[in-house]
Formats: sequence, structure tokens, C-alpha cells
Amino acid sequence: MATLYIDNKPYEFEEGRNLLHTCLGLGFDIPHFCWHPALDSVGACRQCAVKLFKDENDCTGTIVMSCMTAARDNMRISIDDKEAHEFRAEVIGFLMANHPHDCPVCDEGGECHLQDMTVLTGHTYREHRFKKRTHRNQDLGPFVHHEMNRCIACYRCVRFYRDYAGGKDLEVFGWHDSVYFGRHESGVLASEFAGNLVEVCPTGVFTDKTFRKHFTRKWDLCSAPSVCVHCSLGCNTIAGQRSGVLRRILNRFSEDVNGYFLCDRGRFGYEFVNGSRRVRTPLAKKGRNQKLEPLDRSAAIKRVAELFSSGRPVIGIGSGRASLESNFALRQLVGPQRFFVAESETQHSITTEIVHALRRTPASRASLRDVAKAGAVLVLGEDVTNTAPLLALAVRQACRTAALTNAHGLGIDPWNDAAIRETGHNVRSSLVVATPTLTKLDDVATTVYHAPPDDISRLGFAIAHALDGSAPAPRGLSPEIEAMARGIARDLAQAARPAVVSGAGSGSASVVEAAAGVAAALYKVNHDACLCMSLSECNSFGCTLLGGRDLTAALDAAERDNAEAVVVLEADLYRNCDPAIAGALLTLPRNVVVIDHTLTATAAMADLVLPAATFAEASGTFVNNEGRFQRFFSAIAPQAGFAPGYRWIAEILSVVGPEAPRWETLDDIVNDMESRVADCAGIRAAAPSASFREGSQKIARQSFRASGRTALLANTSVAESPNPADPDSALAFSPEGIQAPREQPLVARYWAPGINSVQAVSKYHGDPPAALVKGEAGADAAENHGAKAPAAFASHASEWLVMPLHHIFGSEELSMLSPSVASLARSALIVLNPEDAAKLSIRENDAVEVSNYALSCACVAAIASWVTKGSAALSVGRPETQGLDLPEWLWIRKAGAP
Amino acid sequence: MLTQEERAAISEGCDSSPSARAAAPHALGAVQASRGWISDESLSDIAEFLHMTPAELDSIATFYNRIYRSPVGRHVILLCDSVSCWIMDYEYLLNHLLTKLGISGFGETTKDGMFTLLPSACLGACDHAPAMMVDRELFGDLTRQSIDTIIDQYRIKDGDRRTAQSPLATGRKEQ
Ligand code: SF4
Ligand code: SF4
Ligand code: FES
Ligand code: FES
Repeated sequence: MATLYIDNKPYEFEEGRNLLHTCLGLGFDIPHFCWHPALDSVGACRQCAVKLFKDENDCTGTIVMSCMTAARDNMRISIDDKEAHEFRAEVIGFLMANHPHDCPVCDEGGECHLQDMTVLTGHTYREHRFKKRTHRNQDLGPFVHHEMNRCIACYRCVRFYRDYAGGKDLEVFGWHDSVYFGRHESGVLASEFAGNLVEVCPTGVFTDKTFRKHFTRKWDLCSAPSVCVHCSLGCNTIAGQRSGVLRRILNRFSEDVNGYFLCDRGRFGYEFVNGSRRVRTPLAKKGRNQKLEPLDRSAAIKRVAELFSSGRPVIGIGSGRASLESNFALRQLVGPQRFFVAESETQHSITTEIVHALRRTPASRASLRDVAKAGAVLVLGEDVTNTAPLLALAVRQACRTAALTNAHGLGIDPWNDAAIRETGHNVRSSLVVATPTLTKLDDVATTVYHAPPDDISRLGFAIAHALDGSAPAPRGLSPEIEAMARGIARDLAQAARPAVVSGAGSGSASVVEAAAGVAAALYKVNHDACLCMSLSECNSFGCTLLGGRDLTAALDAAERDNAEAVVVLEADLYRNCDPAIAGALLTLPRNVVVIDHTLTATAAMADLVLPAATFAEASGTFVNNEGRFQRFFSAIAPQAGFAPGYRWIAEILSVVGPEAPRWETLDDIVNDMESRVADCAGIRAAAPSASFREGSQKIARQSFRASGRTALLANTSVAESPNPADPDSALAFSPEGIQAPREQPLVARYWAPGINSVQAVSKYHGDPPAALVKGEAGADAAENHGAKAPAAFASHASEWLVMPLHHIFGSEELSMLSPSVASLARSALIVLNPEDAAKLSIRENDAVEVSNYALSCACVAAIASWVTKGSAALSVGRPETQGLDLPEWLWIRKAGAP
Repeated sequence: MLTQEERAAISEGCDSSPSARAAAPHALGAVQASRGWISDESLSDIAEFLHMTPAELDSIATFYNRIYRSPVGRHVILLCDSVSCWIMDYEYLLNHLLTKLGISGFGETTKDGMFTLLPSACLGACDHAPAMMVDRELFGDLTRQSIDTIIDQYRIKDGDRRTAQSPLATGRKEQ
């Protein structure tokens, strides 16, 4: 610990950061704009001036930019110094000269860093008497709204978009007092991370376009800590609602997972919660071919409970998009033997393989932070930008570790961003992208290899063999691939903290085995190795811990045992398996019960639908791709019609079996699960329990400035209505309580006295991260459990190996119910090799038919040379391509051709 | 479409630069030398040639005030408005120049598309202030008379070409 004297008082601090960061962490307010905790310092805005003194006898001092000055032991500074104060007030005066002062009509108003800083510097009087420069705004697509006149030219937007996220279509134009931040011309921002501009920009230039459509001031939002449901990474979010409508998603800082950022699917996919296809009351059919009609809640429970008295078994199908609690409750209801997971046989084998690999690997299980710090990265088989977007952002940061090391050698401080980028132009860490399809990371990769999954897997085996001679070697490798594998192995072995990244996206268990094999072999020569794999859904990992089998097994069981009913929990079976299997599962049993929040194709087949709460209306736990238990809390108070899946099941259980466990609250289920399922031992530690209090208070979901508390319902009663109770969490549906909790899992909004914007996050630092992942590697873990390299890819005469092509906007189920995301999805695409396309007389944009014996789907052609001859890539998750389990050998022909 | 000569000129600059980004100012200059200014189309063509996005290149183009992103006349007059010239009353000359050219301020082009008038920071000719530059030619110790002579001489020199229209004479309306 070192000592820093601020205005003559000593403070203890950890060296290594700049003065600004240090002072903010100590609770001081220093106005700043261009510095950002993830983007570091460039010293562009000159707002963070403080006085620095040589020693205790120096009473003159010099003005320095605190963000550009390292905090060192025994340093003496003054924040309150008159000159420094005047300097800061003057600077903000300049910055505000052209600002339109339009806070009342600005979406940022009330949570604006510029407002906070202006008030903080005391620049309260408008002195500019001249004409202001004005700009034309651009249409930047469905996510981000643009209002350039509010810009103060801090450069944060381009530093995030271009430097941090690798975007190439947002720039700064012009010079002098007329700089413009935007695109070359109006058009959709191409980066998957564009939505972060909303939080990164300290003013109202970039705001959330979807939020505008149902706008609410921050102080009127009722918010809760949440977890993203749109991929397996489980980024931490804050969900804000008002009057039961989910208004927006913001980032919730998590040191190990998403840091300060989210992807656009996670930020803008939320609108399915308000969607028109929501089920908000129980629905039932009088007969199989009748319509679904509303049903009374208790009648619905009774009807399900009766299914259990028939003597015939009930099959339960859980899913990776339902919470761990709901899946566990279902498992308890039907019994572990009759609990299945909504995954096809192949999908299930891959998910299981990944969870197995992650739990058994001798290497460490990498968090996103570990990946971002990796000295070398091997991406094997996974198009992370489209399946686990934040992982791609982390990989992109990893490419800079060499530049950081280089800068360190030159004596440059680790936060001195401009200097590091300047000296690191030609220094790049090793990144290998070996995937079946083209990826957006190719531009920063040092080695790129696109080939069908089996060849990717073979490369993996070859790397593992190069690292560890005892690992199985693939046969018949070409000398080039062999040399490539040796080079990659050498880079990984020599790197500090090398990471192996893979996942379920390629649809190949062999790729996953290969990646696990590389990690194991790498660990033998480099103990800092880590492994990161993405799964298909937000709770795929958790669901796997409960040990259900796949849908084919479910159908077998239903047939064999002459099942009375099947209960499907938050899944659309048609999206996850062969339509014949889904269809049989939904027609064979006498009764079909679906618990879901949306009327999916599966729910439409049900005899009874129990409306589930979404992540915004329920609390629960997801286990992310690294096995981290993360709790999400309801932002919307319980409503009459629908309830969390586990609550429906608890009610059914209480009718079915008097000996069934009594689950009154979420904690009851959590505790029960912890005692019954050994693999779920981490669940209780995911977040403080409902009895947790800070001081004696719960955490407030609303701001203490929430307005209209008594007026809102004055049309029905002038008496103040009681706040909805929340027995499931330590949060209250009330403005009363702790506003800025210390526990990361309970942060419902970022706020500090005087700091109303999201930048208040800088005041929360120093929290212990909610790290829960423990190493579990057993002594035998390094064994490559008998995996063998597949044979090399060989084309077939009249069929093509069709590989999965993932789209960040379009392949995921729930975000596609969000109009903004759906507007960016294209129709299903098939990408062909130019020679194959010529052979089939298919040209770019032609209508194409892809089929197997049972299915045929229509798609649009694209032609690209990265596709290996004899293979093709087809959009997954689109309605057109549903039911295919890619990679698959399929027929391809031009639509209308014989 | 870039011409053969333009491509050659750009490639030459690329050879002596560590990256495309570093070669960009030279490339823009080379194309501007042959076309007078950088249109959106030229910008896209150069960007493609340098493997950059138009946004990346435009960011560089608009940073330099002497890369023209809108059309200019055949000759660009840079009148110094910096401190020495200000002391020597360049403003008085500015008014004269405006009348002479028939335009109303900096940034405008004469109707015949012959001259564009732009301000410039110190031309490094303070000892001969007030000063101005026409294309690459420097003129010091300016007076109303000397300005008249300079402009007239350019007009005479360009006399033969006066009938040939610059892209601008038809392209832009003058106030
Ligand atoms: S648009 Fe926002 S982030 Fe970008 S420079 Fe302007 S104020 Fe800063
Ligand atoms: S990366 Fe995944 S978890 Fe994170 S915000 Fe995007 S979709 Fe959500
Ligand atoms: S925050 Fe220090 S100069 Fe901008
Ligand atoms: S100030 Fe005009 S030439 Fe120097």
C-alpha cells in the first residue's frame, strides 16, 4: 500500500493506476470525459486537471491532467485548489460553447455524465453569446439514435468503436471546432457492439433507439440486476421497467464476465418480454383439435395435478433457456429418470462433451477476462462473433497483449492508451482462427484456416500431438497443415496464459474433443493454459448439471412407458430437433403441457399452456458457459396471470404429493437443490439470499427520486398502495432502501451522490468479484479419454456437407422476437464455393433449395471462396432451416431446377 | 475509376509508408493534384485501392484542410489571416480582393470557376506581410494595386482556357 496526499490528507492506495482512477476509487469526484475505465487515458478533454506539488513545502504546484499522471507513493495533490478548479470550469465552458442546452428533450437527461460534470465544476451560467455550430444527424440503424449537436468531442465513441471493438465504419471527421462523429454516410452501424456507444458516450449524442419508443427517465425506472439470456456467456445486465413494460437493458459491470460492455443482441433483444406473442394467462384446449382458450389458474393447476394420478408416467422436458430452479423443479416433479433436455441427440452429445471437457480439463476454465488477457489464442471451430459475441470482443483484446508487454518494456504506463497503441502498431499477439466459416476476427488473426469441421478437428489433434507426443496424431495430414500445427503449438507453448477457445457452434463433437485435447496437451508444457467454450443457450451448462437425456431418448421413453403426459419447460422442440421427433413427442402422450412465456410452435400444440415469467419478471439462476452460477432478479413485480416456471411446478407439487418439499420462496428451492444435486453446490453462493440486508435495509429497485408514487394510481384510489412484496430476494419494489449496494450481484443501478450517469460505476470499484468457478481437475483429468481424430473431409458426388452458419441477429430464438433485432435479420443464406456454384448454375442471390429425405428448405445463395469445395454453409436458427441438424450431407439445387 | 497515373502515384507513396493509413494523405494529394478536389467517388476509389473503408479515409481527408472535399476553382488563393498580416491590415485587402473577384467571403469560388479564396494561417512570409499564395506561388508586400495585377495576370494567362468550363462553373450556385 502506498500513500497519496490529497488536499493534505493521507490516503492509502494500490499503485499502478493513474491519479484520476485512483481518486475516483477513493471516492473523490474529479470531472473527466475522455478517460473511461476500460478505454483508459488519452488526455484529450483536459477536464481532469488537478494540482501536483513537489513536496510539502511547495505551495505553488503545477496543473497536471490526473488521467495522464501515474499515482505514486507520497505524491501530494490538490483537487480543491482554486486554480485547478478555475481551469476545470473554463474547460467545460469551452466544451459547452456549442452544446444546445436541450436537456429537457434529451434522452440522456437525468443520467448524463455531461450534466453531472457541469454541475460538479460549477459552470452554471451560460456565457456564449454567438451562433452555435450545428450538424446533420444520421440514421444509424435500429439500435442507436444520433444527435450530433450535443457532442463535446471527447473521442470516447471512436476509441471504443474503432480501437477497442475493431469497428471500421464509425469515425471522426473534420477538425478544429467542427468535428463530427458518425458514419461516412447514414446507414446501419456494422459493429455487433455498437449499442455500447449509448453508455460510452458521456452525452446525449448516442442514445438507445429502442428505449425512445417507450421512454422513461432513469429516476422513474424500476431496475434489477439481471443476466443476459441471449447466449451462453451470461453477461451481467441491469433490466429497467416501468408499468410492467421492460424499457431497456444496461450493462452491469462484472470483472470476470462482461466487464463494461454488452453485445447488441444482449442489449436490444429484450423486447420479446413485451412481445405480442407472450402468454399472460393459462390456456387450455377442450379437445386436441380445439383452440387454446383462457383458463382459471387453480383449474389449470388441478388439471396438471390430475395427470399424475393416472398411474402412467409423465415425461418432463427441461431446457437451456429456463432457469436452473425451474429445471430442477421439473426434475423433482417427474423424477430424474423421466427428466430430459430439449436438445437433439447430436446437440446433446456436444453440450455434454463441452461441460465434461470444462469440468475435467487440467487447464483453468477461462472467464472472458482471462481470454482478454491471454498472450495467445487459438479459436477452434467457433464463430464466436455470432454465437458468443462478447467472447469475440475478449479475443480482440487478447491480440493486444503483445503490444502491452512491448509498451511495458518501453516504460509506458499500462493505462496510457494512445502511447500503447502508437508503439504497438506492428506488434500483435498470436491469434489463430481455425473455423468452418469466415469470421469477423479474421482481420486481427495471425493465422486463418477455414475448413469443414472434421478438418478443423484434425488440425486440433495435430496441435495437441505437436505439444504432447503421447496425444493421438491424425493420419495423413498434408505437410502444410502439419507445419501450421507445429507453428501454432510453438506459439501457444511459449505464450503467457494461452487460451483455447471453442464451442458448440460448429455442431461437431469432434471439434470439441480436439479443443479439449489441445488444452490438456498445452497444460503439460504451459501450466497457465486456459480453456473457454461456448454453449448454445444461457443455461445449457446448468441444465446439463441436472443430467437429463436428449429428445430422442425422451421419445423412446414416452413410447415405451406409454406416457400419460409430457411437460415441456420453456422450449420450442421444433427448433431443437427433427420435426418428426418433436411432432411425435407432442402427439403421442395423452396430454401435452407447455410452461413457457411465449406462444411458440410447441406451445400451440399443447393441451394446456402455463404462462411462465421471463427473466424480467422472475428471479432465478443461470449457469454460464464457464460453469459460473449467476442470479438474475425480477425487475417487474409478480403479476396475476403468469409466474416463474418453478412456482407453477411448486404449486402442482403441493397438490400432487403431500410429501413433496414445500417451496415457498426461491431460497427454499435453492437450498433444496444444493442439498440434493452435488453438481449444483455453487448455486447458493451466486447471490446473497432474500434475508440479506445492508444495515437493516433491503436494496431499492427504484431510485429515491421516483416520482408520482401516490399519483400513479390516483384514478383508482388516493391511498398509497403497498409496495409489492418480494419474498425471493433482498431487493425491494420500492424507492426505500439501499441505493448503491456494495454486493455486485445486487446492483440494480449505478448511482453515487452527484453522479447520476452510468459512469458512477467507477465508484464501485474494489468490490471483490463474484468469482465462483473453482478448479475441479482430477488427477486423471489430463487423459484424453480415448478421443480419436476423424478422417479428413472428402466430398461426395451429389451431396454437400452443409455446415452451420450463425448470425448474431437471426439465429437466436428470443432476440428474434424483438423488432429491432428482427429488422436486421436476413432470409436464410447458403454460402457456396464458386466452383460448386458454377456446377449447379447458381449465382449470387439466386433462390436455392436444400433438402434431405424428409425436409426441404428455401434459402438465398451467396458465393465465397472460403467455403471448401464439396461443402456449404447454411444459416441456422431461421424458420426456413429449422429441423436440420447441421453439419449434414444435403442435396442442393437451384430453385425450380430438376 | 482511378487512372493509370493516379494508381502509380499512389503506389509510389505506399512503398515509402509503413501502412495504408500512413500512405493516405499522399494518395489523397496525388488524386487531388490531377482532379482539383476529392469527390465522394474518388474517395471510395482511393479507399478501395488502399484497402480501407471510405469512413477511415474520409476521417483522414477531412482532417487536412488542404484536401478539398468540395470543388474548388482552377486556382486557390490563400490569403494569410495570421498575426503579422493582421497587424498589416490584411482585412482591408480582403475586402478589395472580394470585390475584385466578385464573391462575398472566404470559401467562395468566382462565377467563372477560376478562383477559390481561402484563409490561411501564417505563410512564413511575415517579413513581407501582408501575404498570400496563389496555387504554389507566394506574393508578399501586398497592396490593392499588386493584388489587381496578380489577379489580372492570372486571368490573362488563363485567357485561352476561359471558355473551357471548370466542373464548378456549372456545379455550384453562388450567392
Ligand atoms: S459523440 Fe459522444 S463519445 Fe463521441 S466525442 Fe462526442 S461526446 Fe464524446
Ligand atoms: S455476449 Fe451473449 S450474454 Fe453477452 S450480451 Fe451478448 S448475447 Fe448476451
Ligand atoms: S479525462 Fe483526463 S484529459 Fe480527459
Ligand atoms: S502572419 Fe502572414 S505570413 Fe506570417
